[in-house]
Amino acid sequence: MTIMTDTTTDTPAAPSRNAKLVVRDLNFYYGKFLALKNISLDVPANRVTAFIGPSGCGKSTLLRTFNRMFELYPDQRAEGRILLDGEDLLASKDDVALIRARIGMVFQKPTPFPMSIFDNITFGVKLFERLSAIDMEERVEWALKKAALWDEVKDKLSQNGASLSGGQQQRLCIARGIAIKPEILLLDEPCSALDPISTARIEELIAELKADYTVIIVTHNMQQAARCSDYTAYMYLGDLVEFGETEQMFFKPRRRETEDYITGRFG
Amino acid sequence: MSMTAAPARDMARQARFSRRKWINRIALFMALAAMLFGMFWLAWILWETLRLGFGGLHLALFTENTPPPNEESGGLANALFGSCMMVALATVIGAPIGILSGIHLAEYNPRGTLAVTVRFVNDLLLSAPSIVIGLFIYATIVVRFKQFSGWAGAAALALIVIPVVIRTTENMLALIPASLREAAYALGAPKWKVILRITLNAARAGVVTGVLLAVARIFGETAPLLFTALNNQFWSSGLGGPTANLPVTIFQFAMSPYENWQQLAWVGVFLITLIVLGLNVLARFFSRDK
Repeated sequence: MTIMTDTTTDTPAAPSRNAKLVVRDLNFYYGKFLALKNISLDVPANRVTAFIGPSGCGKSTLLRTFNRMFELYPDQRAEGRILLDGEDLLASKDDVALIRARIGMVFQKPTPFPMSIFDNITFGVKLFERLSAIDMEERVEWALKKAALWDEVKDKLSQNGASLSGGQQQRLCIARGIAIKPEILLLDEPCSALDPISTARIEELIAELKADYTVIIVTHNMQQAARCSDYTAYMYLGDLVEFGETEQMFFKPRRRETEDYITGRFG
Repeated sequence: MSMTAAPARDMARQARFSRRKWINRIALFMALAAMLFGMFWLAWILWETLRLGFGGLHLALFTENTPPPNEESGGLANALFGSCMMVALATVIGAPIGILSGIHLAEYNPRGTLAVTVRFVNDLLLSAPSIVIGLFIYATIVVRFKQFSGWAGAAALALIVIPVVIRTTENMLALIPASLREAAYALGAPKWKVILRITLNAARAGVVTGVLLAVARIFGETAPLLFTALNNQFWSSGLGGPTANLPVTIFQFAMSPYENWQQLAWVGVFLITLIVLGLNVLARFFSRDK
């Protein structure tokens, strides 16, 4: 935590907007290895927040603590507090499924389920809601439209999800996440397996999604962070080095390390 | 300097390159020779089966029971039916146990002590000689009930199915990327649903292939049936007593001095080869279907 304490007045949890997700003193361990060191930050509601940093800096790890994905693996554990609208997710006694219903996630590689496009969407919805056939069709259409995929797939909803192109598959995964109406969307390098055109479409989509959702995106691509995020957090070796408005981070970073990374002198 | 060095360097490269080409040729030749050696015997086996078995093919095979020695008519209907009954029962018992155990090994703490132990024991069972399994069933079932029976035969075959299916199911599930599981968990799906709807569904082709290969394997197994189902000259409508089956019939008929029996043995061999081949082709079809 030395990096943080020797800085000026600004706390790592910088943004002052109303926070959707509040992280306090978060430590994360892979076995004995400390992968996140005392992370504190406020993720603003209805904005896009980007996590950037070199490989292994902990940005994906941080993202995976928010929906307690790490719990699938017995040797991983998190300490600290993650508050979603004031409720501590890590200490929550609720079924983790209920937390995951509120926090959707999209992965680096598209992960269509081995079923039809339609069923890909309904799989998640059926976990939490009992809808009539008509309502379900409406929900599927709504989610696919939200993910800007409807026009491309509306005539082949019964086809297997794997038959779509990579970019379409990724939008299907976004639609699937949206369909259960989460409050937060976690995107873990959602474009790294996609071509530039598909990437551009996803980025447009992200800009539209923030009206309804709080979006957190992990990216290797600094231009992407600059293009589509409102806030940016720079991480390095498990530390949150700097967190602020994207514009400020890219044009007037407060810390030397951030500037070095962003200008490509390191990383 | 460079003017003189360049040709020398090129010469050295040339020499290395031609040497590499020769090694390549030799390796290719040996690989081809090994392949041809294997294919030669396989082709010969298939040819002999076809030559000696094909002539005996006629409709009566499927309608008439195994004949007494030195009689012109007769077929293999009872043996085929008995084999099918026992193989079906063994598959119906063995495949679900195998699939469920495979799921357990792949999805529930695959590195835990229990999983490691089960995997080790399963490998032992997988490589256990089938005659040992036959003797085991003989000692535990046949001796106890003082009766050779189709039930005992099916039990022995099921014991062969289980380890094969466990192994293939586990391997196929392990191939499913972790990200697919995580994606399902990320939607808030419970574990059983993730396994049933996502992982198992994604591995379906491989799991079906494993079951088909297990069926192909037990269809031709003789040793486990020798002391369990024994054999029967007559039609068995149930599995309560000694049950006619193709492999043991082939064994008995081929060893007999009677010409009509020997002929039927060849036809049986031909049929069994055809069935196993068909199952393998089917398995390939399923595993390719992606």
